Amino acid sequence: MNSQTATIPKAGDLARNWISKWLADSNPVATLKDMSFNLGVPLLALVAFCLLWAGVASKVQTSLGQLPGPTMVWGQAMTLYQEHKAEREKEAAFYERQEQRNAEKLAADPNADVKIRPYTGKPTFIDQIKTSLFTVATGFLLAALIAIPVGIVCGLNSGLYRAFNPLIQIFKPVSPLAWLPIVTMVVSALYVSDDPMFSKSYLNSAITVMLCCVWPTIINTTVGVASVDKDLLNVSRVLRLSWFTNVIKIVIPSAIPMIFTGLRVSLGIGWMVLIAAEMLAQNPGLGKFVWDEFQNGSSDSLARIMAAVFTIGIIGFLLDRIMLGIQRWVSWDKAANLR
Amino acid sequence: MTTDNYLELSQVAITFPTPKGPFLALQDVNLKIAKGEFISVIGHSGCGKSTVLNIVAGLHQATTGGVILEGKEVTEPGPDRAVVFQNHSLLPWLTAYENVELAVKRVFGKKKSKQEIAQWVEHNLGLVHMEHAMHKRPHEISGGMKQRVGIARALAMEPKVLLMDEPFGALDALTRAHMQDSLMEIQNRLNNTVIMVTHDVDEAVLLSDRIVMMNQGPGATIGEILKIDLPRPRDRVTLAETPEYNHYRAAVLQFLYAKKHASAKPAVKSEAVEETAEPEPGLVSLEEHKKKKFG
Ligand SMILES: Nc1ncnc2c1ncn2[C@@H]1O[C@H](COP(=O)(O)OP(=O)(O)O)[C@@H](O)[C@H]1O
Ligand SMILES: [Mg+2]
Repeated sequence: MNSQTATIPKAGDLARNWISKWLADSNPVATLKDMSFNLGVPLLALVAFCLLWAGVASKVQTSLGQLPGPTMVWGQAMTLYQEHKAEREKEAAFYERQEQRNAEKLAADPNADVKIRPYTGKPTFIDQIKTSLFTVATGFLLAALIAIPVGIVCGLNSGLYRAFNPLIQIFKPVSPLAWLPIVTMVVSALYVSDDPMFSKSYLNSAITVMLCCVWPTIINTTVGVASVDKDLLNVSRVLRLSWFTNVIKIVIPSAIPMIFTGLRVSLGIGWMVLIAAEMLAQNPGLGKFVWDEFQNGSSDSLARIMAAVFTIGIIGFLLDRIMLGIQRWVSWDKAANLR
Repeated sequence: MTTDNYLELSQVAITFPTPKGPFLALQDVNLKIAKGEFISVIGHSGCGKSTVLNIVAGLHQATTGGVILEGKEVTEPGPDRAVVFQNHSLLPWLTAYENVELAVKRVFGKKKSKQEIAQWVEHNLGLVHMEHAMHKRPHEISGGMKQRVGIARALAMEPKVLLMDEPFGALDALTRAHMQDSLMEIQNRLNNTVIMVTHDVDEAVLLSDRIVMMNQGPGATIGEILKIDLPRPRDRVTLAETPEYNHYRAAVLQFLYAKKHASAKPAVKSEAVEETAEPEPGLVSLEEHKKKKFG
């Protein structure tokens, strides 16, 4: 057995092994039972929820008409998608027309001054989703970039922990709505450029997200680093690992599960905060979409807002699943029941 | 430097600061160990066996007195005094191979080529019969196998002294016997200087050249030292029937049993039991305190 000479099994062999193992292991009746439990029960709950919703919605009259039920919301979700497709087609047509005109101009006079004007259509629902995702990713990554090193330093040095802890505890519960005005003012004051790379609204939202979601990661990283197994630290001392090697080889791997627990909480908070920040600050994104529909107040508005609510929820859920997947992948603690 | 004075503990005493005031754990510990000698330290729970070992390792600093290895005072931990910890202490995110490799690279990284390092890692895993599971992570192997890897890691450092703190304490009787045989076999080949903490009388007699028997704390010290003059290689089954073996065994039992009764002030005893249940009360509560604060 030598790591260098060990042959890598072929993919085909792997698949064959896997299939035969699966066939040997599987018991058709048990599998069916399993599937009906894993898929059937949640499906049943979903159906029950939709029926209840439809029943209640039909009895509530708002100033914008009847509270929409599941079918209306689904219809509006489809409409939103159609609108997006239509908008894209309009955009493509717009550019095509320009190019055609420019080509004609150039044919008449090769020295003609041709320009392509950018399309300035209203952002669609899908565009708003993209903006929101991009903004939350920025804020979350900024937060992780700050929180993990700060957490490691605090975990290693109880003096620094003592210094930082009161600040962490004070800032942790602050609502995004309170940060936003400050962030807006500071960004307006400091971020002055004639040709800005990022829009101010994007920066405002991202920084607000960051301010709200650094704390769980800092706290969890600190705990993870401070509670590294003492025996492992003794191993490191016996080997006389340098400070840096100790941190890289012992401390950080030990703390990885806690760091990821923190990151997951942070991303969840970041997504919630982002929607609120976009609503309040009129920054582009899903939050603004909800606010615009509310102001618009047409008969479809409520259904469109509900479609947005589901979208927000599903995206939040998916983000959490992605983080969970990464957490499982990097976690050495296979005994831990991550869910 | 004479050969029977390879490692020397002289007038070692240690006091731990505790919330209830300073606690004198050890005092007047004197011991001279020859190169290649196998020493067992036996005594009741909480008497300070691990503390002695940790002082030799350099993980604790003696309050007074000191440890001299090959004429040099021990002031800090180092790879020349490799430790096998009671609960294996393998890095859970590394495979058995990588765990040993980390130590080998640290100790021989500059002296050995990449290929030599790989060979040396595999050689040491072979010594403890772990070549079949080299690339498994600690959570994928049994307790006995983990302990084997821990021993391989320590052996691979070619330490001057091998320190083992109840290395087989957490294993079942059969696995333990198997591990003891492996250890004797390795010891026959390598002739290491070993200090092993144990609470198992048979293990001590079977493996040791000398057994250091410790009194009860607080202020614990060495009670008696028993020289085991049994020929090597030793075989547990044949030895069990010899009068010499049973004589040594009885001597250790008598020490432990008699001492327990001699110092049988119930208050002291129950205190010792309490302290073993929670070995480092200060540290544990500090960590818990931290957790609460963070939570
Ligand atoms: N870091 C420490 N702080 C305070 N007391 C300690 C510490 N380490 C050990 N002790 C005390 O010293 C005594 C001996 O401990 P130890 O060497 O672990 O015993 P043993 O290994 O023989 O069971 C015990 O009473 C224990 O409570
Ligand atoms: Mg102990």
